[in-house]
Amino acid sequence: MSGTFVGMPAFPKAARDAVRNPTLRGNLRHATHTIRAKRARAVAELDDWSALREAGRRIKDHTLRHLDRYLLQLEESVTAAGGTVHWAADADDANRIVTQLVKETGESEVVKVKSMATQEIGLNEALLEAGIRAYETDLAELIVQLGKDRPSHILVPAIHRNRGEIRDIFRAEMGEWGRPAPEGLTDTPAELAEAARLHLREKFLRAKVGISGANFMVAETGTLVVVESEGNGRMCLTLPETLISVVGIEKVVPAWRDLEVFLQTLPRSSTAERMNPYTSTWTGTTDDDGPRTFHLVLLDNGRTDTLADQVGRQALRCIRCSACLNVCPVYERAGGHAYGSVYPGPIGAILSPQLRGTAGEIDASLPYASSLCGACYEVCPVAIDIPEVLVHLRERVVEGGPAVRQGNKVMLKPAKGHAAERAAMRAARWAFTHPGALRTGQRLASRTRRLHPRTLPGPGKAWSGTRDLPPLPAEPFRDWWQRTRGGKGDAK
Amino acid sequence: MRVALFLTCVNDTLYPDTGRAVVKLLTRLGVDVDFPLGQSCCGQAHYNTGYRHGAEPLARHFSDVFGGYEAIVTPSASCGAMVRELYPRMGDRARAEGRGDSLARTLAPVVPKTYELTEFLVDVLGVTDVGASYPHKVTYHPTCHGLRSLGLGDRPRRLLQAVKGLELVELPGAEECCGFGGTFAVKNAEVSAAMGADKVRSAESTGAQVLCAADNSCLMHLGGTMSRLRTAMRPVHIAEILASTEEEPAA
Ligand code: SF4
Repeated sequence: MSGTFVGMPAFPKAARDAVRNPTLRGNLRHATHTIRAKRARAVAELDDWSALREAGRRIKDHTLRHLDRYLLQLEESVTAAGGTVHWAADADDANRIVTQLVKETGESEVVKVKSMATQEIGLNEALLEAGIRAYETDLAELIVQLGKDRPSHILVPAIHRNRGEIRDIFRAEMGEWGRPAPEGLTDTPAELAEAARLHLREKFLRAKVGISGANFMVAETGTLVVVESEGNGRMCLTLPETLISVVGIEKVVPAWRDLEVFLQTLPRSSTAERMNPYTSTWTGTTDDDGPRTFHLVLLDNGRTDTLADQVGRQALRCIRCSACLNVCPVYERAGGHAYGSVYPGPIGAILSPQLRGTAGEIDASLPYASSLCGACYEVCPVAIDIPEVLVHLRERVVEGGPAVRQGNKVMLKPAKGHAAERAAMRAARWAFTHPGALRTGQRLASRTRRLHPRTLPGPGKAWSGTRDLPPLPAEPFRDWWQRTRGGKGDAK
Repeated sequence: MRVALFLTCVNDTLYPDTGRAVVKLLTRLGVDVDFPLGQSCCGQAHYNTGYRHGAEPLARHFSDVFGGYEAIVTPSASCGAMVRELYPRMGDRARAEGRGDSLARTLAPVVPKTYELTEFLVDVLGVTDVGASYPHKVTYHPTCHGLRSLGLGDRPRRLLQAVKGLELVELPGAEECCGFGGTFAVKNAEVSAAMGADKVRSAESTGAQVLCAADNSCLMHLGGTMSRLRTAMRPVHIAEILASTEEEPAA
């Protein structure tokens, strides 16, 4: 995946810094709670929501089961419509293909529609190395780019910034990249939006190459679909002469008919709107309208390996609505950066360790970045059982086991650093299946309870650093029960 | 009716009062309660931390101990969810791994017979007024497993509302996780503590004296947070409130 996040510390440490940053916590709390409440209202308006959710789940599962077939059909349709399809096995492949395509146009600037896939592969950085500047045109993406920052949310990449911070970024940075911010820019939303509009308009009118992702690709017609709220994406999709779309292979759906489901569930889940303000579709090339050259880069980058995992593959159903982020209590405190990937929140915690493997420190820590409260599963419009996958990935971290990496079957070793825990779990299992031993332990603990410290040593310190321990009772329940036989008076 | 009390390892060791309250309550309602002494742990901590294979012998042990009873009642929503939701899943996974049906067959009998306490009271015994008295202002936290895995719905609230003298006040943001999450509380202690502190503050804002829940592990986390934040509130398990009577009031 992207080089952007290399060297990220493991989740608990990254999260700790965020928890201690009151501005960040305030920004996140405000933003997620607002959208959370709105989403609940927008979803409640539909009385067939659960049927739609089930339909979405089934369409995605069906497509994933026959992914090979639908991708070939898609390739055929795109080619027939005048486009060119490229297959990219990983990030390097995709970056090389796109860089080459841009170079062939002779341009050194491109405009971009917000796209998770191109962030995942670190395309902007790869282009820059080849001397090509990529301009983000989504408002939030622009804020992130100008701020030399990293996105922290799927839908609202600058969710961690407030208006004052955005004004400062615009004032300081816009001039570097093109049209400077207007004199005396304030932090009112209208003025900020206008500043961005003027800055971006210049780019749209000049650009000869546009780069996009897509929310969906329709196999039967070769049509790509982007849904957005601002309309900037539409400019990128229609004004340039060359359009290059980089899309994950899991985004294909069999037929136009299938969009009916997702065009209802996606906007309500993501922005709490009944319909996306802008829905753009493009099919290959058309004479005298839109780009004259169209390239589709189909990105694997760990997706086929993920598909091989029976429990984990459901993560590929994700339509990137971000509802799970907005409802997640851990995301709300830790912020998106702590997840060390362009996919933060609950979906990031299950997607990144599958796309990248669990060998890295951050990836091994992500499956534990959840209290398993289940709120994410409840809101997910394609019913991804995120807690189930988290536990499954925890198993992979502590026990290793069979997996597929780069198309090969491998036996993963357990991640480092779990030896003490594994031993403790084994000891607990032994005690729990030997009730006599368990009882001796409980009794011993109760008899010596006055000697117990109120703070714990070792890993327990993490508990007692912030919370007090309950006092131990004078006798465990089972001793009381034996003494009194359940209060029936025949005490021994 | 003869039921087995599955107290859970946490309650047995740390919260015997909850166990005594369940016995008192069910006996008062005419239920014959047994406590099989062979019981230990349902395996939830193992399972949720990633030691699924380590949880299997615990699940088998649970079935050995409890398989013969008509009903199994537990005052822990999360351990109830372990048996009802995750035991079948463990059986399925063993089958998917080519290990046959043995685990699924061993675990199947206990799954439909396991009830969380408030479910048992409302659904099996068909009571909401259990004859309790508890003259305090109480707010109720529906823990995540009770809320989303077991779908306890308004059962606990209905039981509380029928308690004499009890004033039930709504907890703002009730459905948000308290931050316990088993090993999460230790592995991501700072985030966990921040969630706990927010939960305690919103409970405090209700003016209630007691924060009630159907799970002592969440209450342990919240109680530890209250004690650290020096609030006047107390965590109390719902069983202890429902067991409390005018003659024998709970503290
Ligand atoms: S996992 Fe579900 S809720 Fe989360 S972004 Fe994907 S589709 Fe939306």
